[in-house]
Amino acid sequence: MTTVEEPTRTGAPQVRNLVDVKNGEISREIFIDEQIFKNELENLFPRAWLFVGHATQVPEPGDFFSSWMGADPVLLTRDDKGELNVLLNSCRHRGMRVCRYDEGNTLQFTCPYHAWSYSIDGSLVDTPGALHGVPQQKAAYGTNLEREKWGLVRAAQVHNYKGLVFANWDPEAPSFDEYVGDFHWWLDNLADAFDGTEGGTEAFRGVHKWRIRSNWKFVSENFLGDTYHGASTHASVEAVGIGPGGKGKRRHGERQNEGGFSKGRMKTSFRRGHGASDNLAYEIPYPEFEEAELDEYFVAAWEKRKEKLQAEGRLLGGRGPATLFPNMSFAAGFPRTILVAHPISPTETEVWRWYLVDKSAPEKVRDWLRHYYMRYAGPAGMTEQDDMENWDYATEASRGVVARRYPYNYQQGLGQETASDLDGSVHSHHAIAGEVNARAFYRRWAEFVDNLSWPELTELARVDDRATERDAVVTDVAEGVKVLDAVDVVDGPPAQ
Amino acid sequence: MPIDEALLERMLLRESVSEFLYREADLLDERRYTEWLDMLAEDYQYSVPLRMNVAFGETDAREETRAGREICWFDEGKETMSLRVDQLNTGLHWAEEPVSRISHLVTNIRLDAVELPEVAVSCRFLVYRNRVADETDFLVGRRKDRLRQVGDSWHVVRRELLLDQSVLLAKNLSIFV
Repeated sequence: MTTVEEPTRTGAPQVRNLVDVKNGEISREIFIDEQIFKNELENLFPRAWLFVGHATQVPEPGDFFSSWMGADPVLLTRDDKGELNVLLNSCRHRGMRVCRYDEGNTLQFTCPYHAWSYSIDGSLVDTPGALHGVPQQKAAYGTNLEREKWGLVRAAQVHNYKGLVFANWDPEAPSFDEYVGDFHWWLDNLADAFDGTEGGTEAFRGVHKWRIRSNWKFVSENFLGDTYHGASTHASVEAVGIGPGGKGKRRHGERQNEGGFSKGRMKTSFRRGHGASDNLAYEIPYPEFEEAELDEYFVAAWEKRKEKLQAEGRLLGGRGPATLFPNMSFAAGFPRTILVAHPISPTETEVWRWYLVDKSAPEKVRDWLRHYYMRYAGPAGMTEQDDMENWDYATEASRGVVARRYPYNYQQGLGQETASDLDGSVHSHHAIAGEVNARAFYRRWAEFVDNLSWPELTELARVDDRATERDAVVTDVAEGVKVLDAVDVVDGPPAQ
Repeated sequence: MPIDEALLERMLLRESVSEFLYREADLLDERRYTEWLDMLAEDYQYSVPLRMNVAFGETDAREETRAGREICWFDEGKETMSLRVDQLNTGLHWAEEPVSRISHLVTNIRLDAVELPEVAVSCRFLVYRNRVADETDFLVGRRKDRLRQVGDSWHVVRRELLLDQSVLLAKNLSIFV
């Protein structure tokens, strides 16, 4: 299973054979091989729904934010009608990146090379991003230049989900809602305010951006449901204590006697590839704060949300950490932040982090969260620093000729998934030691990278065979908790 | 030749400040973090804003994120700094295990303002880190320090760094810049 197969009729190696979900073995080639990386760029990223930015980063007409979708630079813009557009940031004449600014406000992008200009103002052009000005157009092209055909390439589909802006290059791709499925409950908790107000969050100004020498999938997998790494990787930050409770308190601030991993916070794994480190039936209590003013805000928010959600018949859990297939990861509690792992090469990734806060949060709460986010996450974050060390040197030590002959082990909880009420998903058998999420992620990854058609991809994800192929040992999460408590004592720091 | 007393005083002051900053660099590079913490005032404030690519006319408004309001690489006081030292001292902080080889170069030192017992100092920094084998980072930029006279030495009260990178090319900032 460790060699790349002969090219198929499409000229691409089959990666499905490198991902052995049944035995829990995955070849190192998928983290190292150049050709597989090219196939990811070709077959996965231009067909997947990718996170581009937050709508609150471009509040006014003419605002833009520079982002990436896979290997392609894009511009997230707001036009004069208030609509969001996602445009390929490359001139149609000679390819120059028409905008090298990270953010700003403009009504048109003029290419520095030959000055082709593209308007994002719908009053000048029919479609925002269309070609508006061409120097010496008459002398150069006479009447032959069809300007309407030479605008900036537009993402085929753009979706604003409560402020979270996603785009897809493929017009044939399923809608955002279909792609996400029941995983949307996690996105809701990310985008809604702590008191449950829909879309009641905004992004702090300032996106952390940094380069790591790691394959991008290490990053996605880490937040997808790897609660197993916390005890070792984050031992130092946990020993120090940087959480809401102050020095010496856990970094997430869970009230461990009221829940947390010791109560069997089972993971949720979707057939579509998404995964979360928790489930909807388990609610993280709000943290204990040293300061009363902070406590009051969160107590009130938790109470209000509980009332609202219970009236709607909704469960209270689902804060992650989680990954939306393929490369958007997030946590929707403490901290509340979005990460995108932009692929650069098989062994190089640019990581971006956005930080969210309730729009209605008072200054004191905003400031506390901002400080907490910075000491927790990003390259200077006391938690995240140690993750990068692992991802980078795992990548490096997997490059060797001999190393590449030996697959990674993904056998935790193999065949012990438990059924879930959510569409196309199962739960892990265990809160910490379960790799069901990663197995599902790589299975889905292989289906995309091998360029299966949309009908094939849709059909494969229609039924979750993990829960239906055998007699479920445990039928629901609540039952699972009882079984777990009876046989095992789980105690270890959470993921991320 | 008459001695310009005011100039001499200023030179001696700058010498004292420079000595202090060089000693600080030594303590950091010798990994004497606990001793280094004693060089920071209790009301120490440290900020390293993000730098962005913005249009020529917008640099004042947009080029840097704002400490106190927006996301920075660092924006914290002595308490968090102490937590970082505690973390390094656990021996389990894998980002610095094995420990990195670090050199802090401080140069272009000037006194911007003398308001004794405090002085405002500007300088350039170059922080070099090499770890494991070929992992090498150069962090370069401008720095503004506010120092407070304490006996015959100084405390750092405020430190603002402008790091000359928009995308951080180091995989992390697990060292003191």
